[in-house]
Formats: sequence, structure tokens, C-alpha cells
Amino acid sequence: MIPAQFEYEMADSVSQALELLAEHGEDAKLLAGGHSLLPMMKLRLATPAMLIDIARIGELAGIRADGDELVIGATTRYADIVSSGLVRAEVPLLAHAAAQVGDPQIRHRGTIGGSLAHSDPAADLPMTLVALGGSLEITGPSGVRTVPADEFFTGFFESVLEPDELLTAVRVPRGGSVPWGYQKFVRRANDWAIVGVAAYDGRVALASMGVTPIRALGVEEALRAGAPAAEAALRAVEGTSAGSDFHADKSYREHLARVLTRRALEGKTG
Amino acid sequence: MEIKLTVNGTTRSDEVEPRLLLIHYLREVCGLRAANIGCDTTSCGACTVLLDEESVKSCTVLAVQANGRSVTTAEGLVDEDGTMSVIQRAFRQNHGLQCGFCTPGMVMAATSLLAENPHPSEQQVREGLEGNFCRCTGYHNIVRAVLAAAEALSQPSEDAETGVGA
Amino acid sequence: MSILGTRVLRTEDPGFLTTGAVYTEDLQDERLAGARYVHFVRSTVAHARINGIDTSAAADADGVVAVYTGKDLTDTGIGAVKPMMPNMNQQMLQPLLATDVVRFVGEPVAAVVTEEMYQGEDAIELVDVDYEILPAVATMHQALTGERGLLFPDAGTNVVVKFGDESGSNPDLFEGCEVVVSEVIQNQRVAPAPMESRSGAAVWGEDGRLTAWIPNQGAQGTKGAIMGMLGLNPDGLRIITPDVGGAFGAKFGADSEHAVICWIAKQLGRPVRWSETRNENLLVMPHGRAQEQKITIGGTKDGTVLAYRIEILQDCGAYPKAGAFLPSLTILMTPGPYDIPRAESWSTSVVTNTTPVGAYRGAGRPEAAAAVDRAMDLFAAAAGVDPADVRRKNLLPKFTEPHKTAFGAVYDSGDYPTALEKVLAVADYDELRAEQAKRRRGGDTLQLGIGLSSYVEITGPGGEAGGPNENGTVEVHPDGTATILTGTSPHGQGHQTVWAMLASEELGIPIEKITVKWGDTDLVPRGGGTGGSRSLQLGGAAVQQASRELLDVARERAAATLEASPSDLVFDTSASAFAVKGDPDVSVPLSSLAESERLFVRSVFTSPGPTFPFGSHVAVVEVDTETGKVFLRRVITVDDAGTVMNPLLAEGQRHGGIAQGAAQAFLEEFVYDDDGNPMTATFADYPFLSATEVPSFELVDMETPTSYNPLGAKGIGEAGSIGSTPAVQNAVIDAVSHLGVRHIDMPTSPQRVWRAIQAANR
Repeated sequence: MIPAQFEYEMADSVSQALELLAEHGEDAKLLAGGHSLLPMMKLRLATPAMLIDIARIGELAGIRADGDELVIGATTRYADIVSSGLVRAEVPLLAHAAAQVGDPQIRHRGTIGGSLAHSDPAADLPMTLVALGGSLEITGPSGVRTVPADEFFTGFFESVLEPDELLTAVRVPRGGSVPWGYQKFVRRANDWAIVGVAAYDGRVALASMGVTPIRALGVEEALRAGAPAAEAALRAVEGTSAGSDFHADKSYREHLARVLTRRALEGKTG
Repeated sequence: MEIKLTVNGTTRSDEVEPRLLLIHYLREVCGLRAANIGCDTTSCGACTVLLDEESVKSCTVLAVQANGRSVTTAEGLVDEDGTMSVIQRAFRQNHGLQCGFCTPGMVMAATSLLAENPHPSEQQVREGLEGNFCRCTGYHNIVRAVLAAAEALSQPSEDAETGVGA
Repeated sequence: MSILGTRVLRTEDPGFLTTGAVYTEDLQDERLAGARYVHFVRSTVAHARINGIDTSAAADADGVVAVYTGKDLTDTGIGAVKPMMPNMNQQMLQPLLATDVVRFVGEPVAAVVTEEMYQGEDAIELVDVDYEILPAVATMHQALTGERGLLFPDAGTNVVVKFGDESGSNPDLFEGCEVVVSEVIQNQRVAPAPMESRSGAAVWGEDGRLTAWIPNQGAQGTKGAIMGMLGLNPDGLRIITPDVGGAFGAKFGADSEHAVICWIAKQLGRPVRWSETRNENLLVMPHGRAQEQKITIGGTKDGTVLAYRIEILQDCGAYPKAGAFLPSLTILMTPGPYDIPRAESWSTSVVTNTTPVGAYRGAGRPEAAAAVDRAMDLFAAAAGVDPADVRRKNLLPKFTEPHKTAFGAVYDSGDYPTALEKVLAVADYDELRAEQAKRRRGGDTLQLGIGLSSYVEITGPGGEAGGPNENGTVEVHPDGTATILTGTSPHGQGHQTVWAMLASEELGIPIEKITVKWGDTDLVPRGGGTGGSRSLQLGGAAVQQASRELLDVARERAAATLEASPSDLVFDTSASAFAVKGDPDVSVPLSSLAESERLFVRSVFTSPGPTFPFGSHVAVVEVDTETGKVFLRRVITVDDAGTVMNPLLAEGQRHGGIAQGAAQAFLEEFVYDDDGNPMTATFADYPFLSATEVPSFELVDMETPTSYNPLGAKGIGEAGSIGSTPAVQNAVIDAVSHLGVRHIDMPTSPQRVWRAIQAANR
């Protein structure tokens, strides 16, 4: 219930955040909304010695258009994505996904950067970024690099982010009329997905079907070959490694993946 | 570390350790004990307060994160002359509380919900309160209270009825 | 105009809504100034020998004042606790802190005391317990076979107690039955999870007396429990009950941690406080239900039931508590509201390496209702008769004189057929069946399920010897206010308002001027608390009775004052004054009669027996047949608990009960793995019902009074939860019965539903 003790610094710029990261190395964690990190710290599953608060860094805030992409600052909250006219018009899948996260209180605090850096394969935004084919801007001591969402998530709660790097922005393609669908299978409304599916423009990504969000490449191939949604969806399990837990066992998850993929491809949300 | 913030309209300055949770700051330092702790996984919402007028779960906010900001608790919704807010009155009129433990958090969540969506449907009220657990009421009267409050807030008169309980 | 039966707003609410109620964790009592904080080290394994506990690192940590283990308790003569009833295996002792063995994950092993609250969680991490893992008895069947060993070797068995008479079973019970159906069903383990977890505060005065603040359902029972655990005399302690954030049966008496903190306060000579986390609460607060039931039902093809048998296996968890004896109530209520010519039941209660099981809303009766109503639906399906018709055929007809069942329960009054017809009418049952048929013909993905229940349940137990009874004291003060002392113990039910209404009705004093007190054993030394839906029919009746008796006393004084004969006086409630008949100007206010001598009466109301509320529920669900997900769309109920004193509050009790009962049917379950490790010990994992999973409920009014108390009231608190569980479960199964499914265990999780559909298709 109470985190272990830690030191706390408020960074007022990206460069200051990077300096603090460099100084404290693996003992430090970045804090934006804290709604992925603090719950883990309260259960003492994470015990960083130092928290670097980046929530008030101006450079990390804001949503703007940049050509055929939207650029979303890493500290943009779920609630801001949900209510952004720009996102609703240009990337409605993202606005919808952000509205599914947790509950209103969580959405007032949690950020897109925090969610993606946390890399939970059961979460809404990682799967959605992969479906969108978005990319992540990472700033480190040697400058800025951009990593496609497909390559960003490397394992269970693991990403390509190095301990001395900071996720600064997220880029997503604009396309207000691009067909999309979203399915999140839960017992209760504010649970994590037992299985989740995001579909966007022929790309399909799954949540809770492996240690990272999984691109349903078999489904995408079938679609490109002209298969209708129901048929393509049968290939949803290819490349996945669903686990069994007390919520659902593997074969049931695989069944859900097929059903929900079909529904997402039909443009349904649910 | 020293923090300065406004709590229920009053500015205060306190020395806190970084790990002090906002819920404990409010309860133990400010003496505002309406908000309660009901869980340890950011699930139940009994600790809900407003941070810059938006609902947050104060068990998952560090007091230091609230530095320079404003916090409102259930105590702060009451007028100087002791009159409860429309939403608090609607909870009473509609028997939207029994043991009362979830209630201050529920009221703050409802306050934020109606500020963002003044005319919610029943479904939107239920979804808007998905982060607030109650074991006593089965949610039925809580939902009625919030819908009644929405109705009352949309009336021009301050004396608008807030429910059928009276 | 009578205040009774009207929707009076609660006087508790303004405080609750603004500054909040004052729960134990909120207390700022000066006697607790400088209190230290207690945190517990708890077992992380289900069954193990303790080979050693190293407290040295913890003792050296910041702010740590003391570290205590079970040995420290036994060194001061504090022994293990025997099971609460003599018929339970008396070798199954529970130490307050584990000494040689731990028997469930969460069992307290050591207590750490710190100066500051936050230091506690740091310090408990530093206590090192050397566990030697033992095989875990994870299930009731493992307990019976003995394949995983015994929890209590000295007991020689894992069986705690048995009820009923299995050896007297009639092998020909189902003779003459054209249709016989049998099924083993689960009434699964759930967590009561009130929003307020357990907590406590304790201090010993200079007079050597303990004062303890403990959230509870009856301070007198809590006092008895602490006395027993610590070997104290009745005048050696005082229990005070702060506001309580829900209980649902799980806050009766006291738990070992409550006794330990009282003991610690004595050792330290300082006040101490304790609050558990939600994780601790889900692990250690007694769980509910946890019965496995083999049900067999038989009858004729036209839907008449001839025989029914239920064989019960009860999981007690690691230490026998109330849960061990609840099957006796299940057995008592075996036939429910049905007229079943031949019925049998018996039970076996066993220990397992899991959280102890206690009382939870309904406590033994929901298990009976869920079983018999599941049986009715199984029988209906096998006989090819509509479930509503099966109930019509088999419900006991209306009765106005008490009806004794073969199991010894005396139902006071009941009209089960009317309850059923009312709810079917409001639900528009035929329309629902038509919609269901339409979707079945269309092969819709989203199928409609309609589930029924008809139930009766037993309420109003307990009190002093010679019960069921309860005491109430009413006092009128010279300033026109009044005070009520009650032996009940509300935790959300609104007694402060309703007891004031009852006294106000008699005395003509407005409810705002009436204070109701409870829960302080110095003020109210005797009382049965609040549970078993007893409070209104016993405690409320006592308040009414005391008020009436007070008027009798007052009448004598008024007669003296007015120099009239008592029978010449009339009491004008609207003026709260006695006046001479025919001469209203000659009057004396009731309050003035308290001026020279206190004006109060303590009265004990005794009921001839428990009362039996009843009802019928209709649940409507939609099931997504592709995924198995269940959507609860409507719950329509009749819950008849006799005369209603305050409809606003009675509805609230029904709503809460319906929601909890429904939650058990389709959502909640406390799960262990095969090593006894809990899987659902946080609110993120335990599927606690939230607002999005339930609809608004449709309540139908029906009041069949009881003659057992002047209020005509039975108990409403648990009725809703008893009726809704089988209705919702039956609805889910009904939604997919056309696919060949005949049973799905609770909770009807999506995976269970989907698997049932797959299995039926094979």
C-alpha cells in the first residue's frame, strides 16, 4: 500500500530529465501520471530509488498536426486524447482506445508516454499503436531516434527504451475516414483486456495474446489476398502465445482472438 | 520536500516526504478525513478527490505531484453557511448512500462527471462511475442521485428538487 | 399523519456526505493521542511448519518500537482459541499469531509496532520466517480423502462437524418418480469485501481497563470474543463501535488481530492503532459460501415434485468459524417455499488450507435457495415443463397460520404463489418467452435468458437467553429531546433514522430531536447486534415497546400533576402532551414530566420465533453465444418482508442484496491454485461488482405482515441476495438451454458459458 522510500526530483526540461537519468542510471524511473508506475510501487513490485517527475515539461505536452501525422507529446493524458477534436477527427481509433483505459480518474492522470513505456501487453494503447503503425520518438544522450511501434515492444513489460532515454512523443497516421474497429473483452468495465483487438486499415494487433502486442500477420495476409473478415479472422492465432490464467485458458483466449478479430474487422467496437 | 497547494480554497504549505500519498496528506496532514482508503490497487475510488477540478484517485497521486495545484474534497463542496452541493443533496434525497464509506469518493467522481458531461444517460453515469465501488447500494440509487443532480443542475432555480425521496 | 411507512430521509446523511462518517481509521479521540501503529507479518504459504522467525532486522529498523511473535503471546498465557461451538472438533485450535504451523496464506505470524504509520510496511519486510512447506489441502475433496494430510494431526481428521443424518437416508426416496435428475453443483467461495477493511484501536487506562474501538456488528459479541481470547473479566474492558463501513456478516465478534492489538497496547502501555490493506482483507476476513452440493430431484412428468435430496460439503477454511455451522441453516431451509412430500439433507464441514469461512449475507440460506431453485429448473427441463409452471405446481399455497416444515422450520406467514404471479406479471413473462423464441428461431448470436427463483428465508435470531429478543431504552429529557439506546448495531441500515421514527410516532417528538446510541458496551451492555436481518423486527419492536411503556410511566406522573385519574388523560402526539379528556387546555408536556425524575424505560421485546420473508425474482440476461459473455439486463423482484417502516431504506436494502446475489451468480469467485495460493487477493483480480455490470432493478411491492411483532415486520436485509443468485444463474443457463446446456456452475463466467455450449454441442 505504501511505496518504499525514494528521492524525488522535478525536471523542468527534457535535457534536465536526461541529466538526471544519466546521473542515477537504473535506480531512477520517470514519473508522468504515475498510473502505471505508482500502483507497482505501492505493491513494492518496483522500488526505484529516485523518481524524476516529467509531468510539467512543456516540450512533452500538446497534440499537433505534422503533415500526414499527428504528433502527441508523451505526457498527454488519456483524457486529453479522448477530448481532442484533432484526434477524434483524424485518428478516431486512438480516441476510442484511450477512452477504454481504466476509469475516468485514471484517464485524468495516466499518459500515453507512460502507457507505452510501461509496455503491458494487456493494455489498450500499446496494441493500438501497433495497429496504427505509429512510431515513437525517443530522446537520449545522443539525440532523437524514432522507432516504429512494431519494433518498440520487446518483451513482457519491456521496450527498446534504455535506462538513460526518455520517450518524448508519439506519431500516428492521420486518416479520419480510414476503417477501424476495436474489441476489448473484459469481465468488468475497468479491467485489463482478457483479449483485445485493434484493426486499422488492414493492420490488426492483439492484446493479451503474448508477451507484447502481437501483429496478426496471418490475418493481414488473408485480407490482402481478398478474404472476407470472417475468413481472415480465423488466422488470428498465428504468431501468438496466449497464456492460461484463472481468467481464461489458452484455448479460450485463442477462440476469443478469432471472434473478436472478426468483429474488429467488421468495424465494430465492443 | 516543501509543497504549496490550495486545499478547499485555502493555500497551505507543508513539508512532506516524497512517498507521502495525497490521500494521506489530505487525511493526516490537512485533517480532511472524508475521503477513505478502500483498496491498494487503484481500483475502488473511495479516495477520489478533485485535482484542478478533475477527479483523481488520491491514493495513486503523490502529495508532491500536487505541488502548486488545487485540491477539492467532499468537505470543500459545502457552502460557507453549511449548505451541501446539489450533488450531495441529491445523494441524500435519493438514498444514494448506506454505510457511507464509498460516498465522498462517489460524490467527487460524480461532480467531475457532471462537469464534463452535464446530461449523461444512465449508461454514461454507470460508465462514469466504473472506478468507484460500492458494496451496499447495488448502485441503483447512486445512479438515480447523479441523474437527479444533473436534472437539478440544468434548472435555472437553485431550489430545484433533487429527487423523489423528500 | 403517521410517519411510519413514509420515505423519511436519513438523519445520518448530512455528516456522511460532507465531513464523512467517522470510521475507526478516522478516530481522533484524545485517548489515542500518541498511538503506535501495528502491522502484521503474514504467511505467504498455505501450509508450512515454522522453523524459526528472525525478527532482529525488523527490530533494528527505523521507528520500530517492538516486534512480537506467537511465542510472546503464549509466554503471557494467551492460548489458542477453540472453535466457537462445542460440536465442532475441539482439537482445531487457532493461535492468535501462528506458532508452529501456518495453515493459510495470510495467517498472521508476527506483529510489528512502529512510531509512524509508513514505517510499518518497511519493517514487516524485514521479518524473516523460515517455512518448511507442507502439502496443502487445497480442496474439500482432498480434505475428505486425506491425500494431502491433516491440518490438525491431533484431531485425527479434517472433518469439523456434521449435521443431518446420512445414515438414516431413505434409499427409496425417489420411488415412483418418472423423472429424476441429479447434479453436483457449486455454491462458490466469495469474499464479503465491505468497503471498509478491518481495523482497530486500543488503549488501557490507568484503572487497568481496556478500551477498544473495533468496527463490528454487535459490540457485546465483540466484547465477548476479546474477553475469551485474552482471558479478561466482563468489567475489564469496554468496546466502542465507531461508524462501520459495511460488514455483510464478516464483522461479527472479533478476529485474532483485534485481540493481538489489545494485548500489544497492554505490553507497551500506549495506545495502538491498526488498519489492514485490501489485500489483507481479501486474504483474511472470513469468506462466504464455499459449499459443494449434490442435488437430486424427482417427480412426475406433469411437473409435480415428489422428492428432493441435498448432500452438502462445506469448506471451513483453515480454522472452524461460523461457516462450519451454516450448513445446519441450509438443512433447515432445504425445501424452501416448496411443498415437497419427501426431502432429505445432510452436511459435512471440513477444514482446508484456505481462508476461514464465516457468515456472508444470507449465511447458509442462500445456499439452500440456490440449490432448490436450481433443482426446480433441472427438473423442469427434464420434464419438459415451463419453469414458472413447475413453481406454480409445487409452491406451498398461501397460509396465514404458521406452517411447520418437515425440517422443523415454522414459517410464520407466507403467500408464495402471489409473489410469483406478481413478479411474472410485472416482468411480462409471456412477452419475454416470445422474444426468446424469436431469437432462437433466428439463431441470434445474442440470446435471451429468463431465470426465476422463489425463495423463503429465516430471519430474526439471537439476543439474550430466551430469545429471539432485543432490548431498547427510551429516555425523554426535560428539554424536549429524547435518547434511544439500542442493542442493534447498524452499519448502513439507517437505524438512527428508523428507531427515531418509531419513537417519534409514539412520543410526538420530532426525529431531529431524537438521538440514537449503540455499540458502546458501557452504555448498552447487552444486545444481539445486527445480522440475520433481525434489527427491525426485534430492535425496532423493542424501541416501540419501550416508547409505549414510557408513556404508561409518564401517564401516571401526568395524572399526579394534573390531579386527574390516569384513565381520564389522553396523549396528544401532535403536541407531545397529556391532556384531560374533553379539556385540552389542561395539559402537561411529556418533557416536563422528566424534570423532577428521569423519565426512561428499558424494555426487552421477545418474538415467538424467527420470521420468514419470501419472494420471487425474475432475471433477464443476454448471452453472447460466440464468447459466452453474460449481460444482466433486468432483475424484477418481489421481496416480501412484511410491513415496511421506511420504503426508501427498504428499497436500498433490496437493491444492495440483489446486486450482491447477482454478483455471485455471474461474476465473483475467490480462487486458489492447487497449492492453496490465492489468485484473487486484490480488487484488480477479484471481480468485485462495479456499476457497469448491473442494471437498475425493478422492485414490486408486497407486504404480508407477520403476527410475531406489533410492527408486522420481518427481516429485509438478506432477502434480496437470496432470491437473485438462483434467478440470475437460472437465466444464464436458460439462455443457452436450447443448445443443449442444462447446468453451468457459478459464477457463470464467459469461459464457463462458452465451454458449456461447446460441450453440449458434442
